[in-house]
Amino acid sequence: MVLECLGERTVAFAHRDRMADPSRGYNAHLERRMRALLAPCRAAGTVIISNMGAANPRAAAERTREIARELGLKGLKIACIEGDDVSARVPPDTPFMDEPGTLADIGRPIVGMNAYLGADAILPALHAGADVVIGGRLADPSMYLAPLMHRYGWASDAELGAGTLVGHLMECGMQVTGGYFADPGAKEVPQLAQCGYPIAEVSPDGGAVITKLTEAGGCVTEATVKEQLLYEVHDPAAYLTPDVTADFSRVTVRGESKDRVRVGNAGGRARPDRLKVTVGFDAGFLAEAGVSYAGPAAAARGRLAADIVRERLGAGTDARVDLIGARSLFATAGLPDIESEDVRLHVALRSTSREEAELMLWEVESLLCCGPAGGGGFRGAITPAVMTKSVLIDRAQVTPSLDVLVA
Amino acid sequence: MSAHGRNRPLIVRDIAHARAGDKGNTSNVSVWAYDAADFELLKRNLTAERIKREFPRLIRGKVERYVIEHLHGLNFVLHDALEGGVNASLNLDSHGKSWSYLILGLELEPPQD
Repeated sequence: MVLECLGERTVAFAHRDRMADPSRGYNAHLERRMRALLAPCRAAGTVIISNMGAANPRAAAERTREIARELGLKGLKIACIEGDDVSARVPPDTPFMDEPGTLADIGRPIVGMNAYLGADAILPALHAGADVVIGGRLADPSMYLAPLMHRYGWASDAELGAGTLVGHLMECGMQVTGGYFADPGAKEVPQLAQCGYPIAEVSPDGGAVITKLTEAGGCVTEATVKEQLLYEVHDPAAYLTPDVTADFSRVTVRGESKDRVRVGNAGGRARPDRLKVTVGFDAGFLAEAGVSYAGPAAAARGRLAADIVRERLGAGTDARVDLIGARSLFATAGLPDIESEDVRLHVALRSTSREEAELMLWEVESLLCCGPAGGGGFRGAITPAVMTKSVLIDRAQVTPSLDVLVA
Repeated sequence: MSAHGRNRPLIVRDIAHARAGDKGNTSNVSVWAYDAADFELLKRNLTAERIKREFPRLIRGKVERYVIEHLHGLNFVLHDALEGGVNASLNLDSHGKSWSYLILGLELEPPQD
């Protein structure tokens, strides 16, 4: 049972949480999930592997041990994997992985740096007989690959490629069982509100069937699997993970029966020499504010409101002004406006100055009295922002560690 | 269900499905023909050059196209195409998750058969 719960920015936000309270910095849903899963997984002999530790795997493991004790699960072994936090080992002149410049160029406080740990960091925990494995920045597919290596003794690049394909298809959960897929009239998904999580039945030869519980909603089809196959993939022949350079370019996808799709023929070449590190920076604030217009000439009134805000904030402002309902997401793409009768002005601004952020909110709220007729429904929010950049680190600089806590 | 012969221009969504993902300021959109018979039409219409040409203000970098012939899929990698990405974009959709529908909304030339 793998609980993959971490994105690049999630880690940065978790570091901020930990700075505010050293006992936090792990996934906020850990408590509820462990309470639901620990007892039935132990009864079934199912190992739980998760990166819910985020910026604080130790606190997450300790909390899990407390929950296990409360549930009477004496002797439950909780493995804590640390060592992904490489803050002390990456100098400021380190160049970015995929763009010009170095860490020092950002000029904002760093909140955390985490190297992506691979299956080799997880395997010792499985060898130690852990019931629960908790880490921080464990690479998504590695959490699925590690138990396959452990069970089947996989070690060749071809085997690691096969296991990485399984992990890649599974790592976004319901995105392979009908989630993020439905498009009424084109792609129907049954019982999406009850969508089931994916199950992979993996053979020792590397082939796998992606499926789900029969009674759960959603669907597993060649189409759902194909969309996930290249999700966040650039060159299908070179998908880089800490474990392998996986080749998905010749992968086969074949529906066998209802909600059962067989995949295979992934390849693998030598893993990258260096590990990717996500560096999180404090990026100040994101300010967002909106007012709605409806009825005759709503879009015209919304456009007038947009003009007023732009003039008030000044020509040099970095604020973006959208008219939701007329054109927003595809505005930069250049699609023409729609003359909707229900639009929402949406103004967004990034700033390191809280005062500037608050001023923008006030300008938008002022439209209620001072802007076009009939505006209503002002909402404004200022939220902390983080920025992430990627750098590379030599493997020798990253030393994963294992500690096993016993309930 | 065939979309051919409808009373409006054929669009990509009539013959294909798609999903977008992001890495930094780079977007990737995979596009898959429902029917193997439509894959040539899709390939002919969705070239890297056309995708770049359709959205010049949005896609500021190069466009790469990978062809997955046996699965009837195309994978577009759109560089510098997320208005800064989640770090910097002020687009409501700072991940560009909806870019899949930018491509699905493109018109296709009528089939030449």
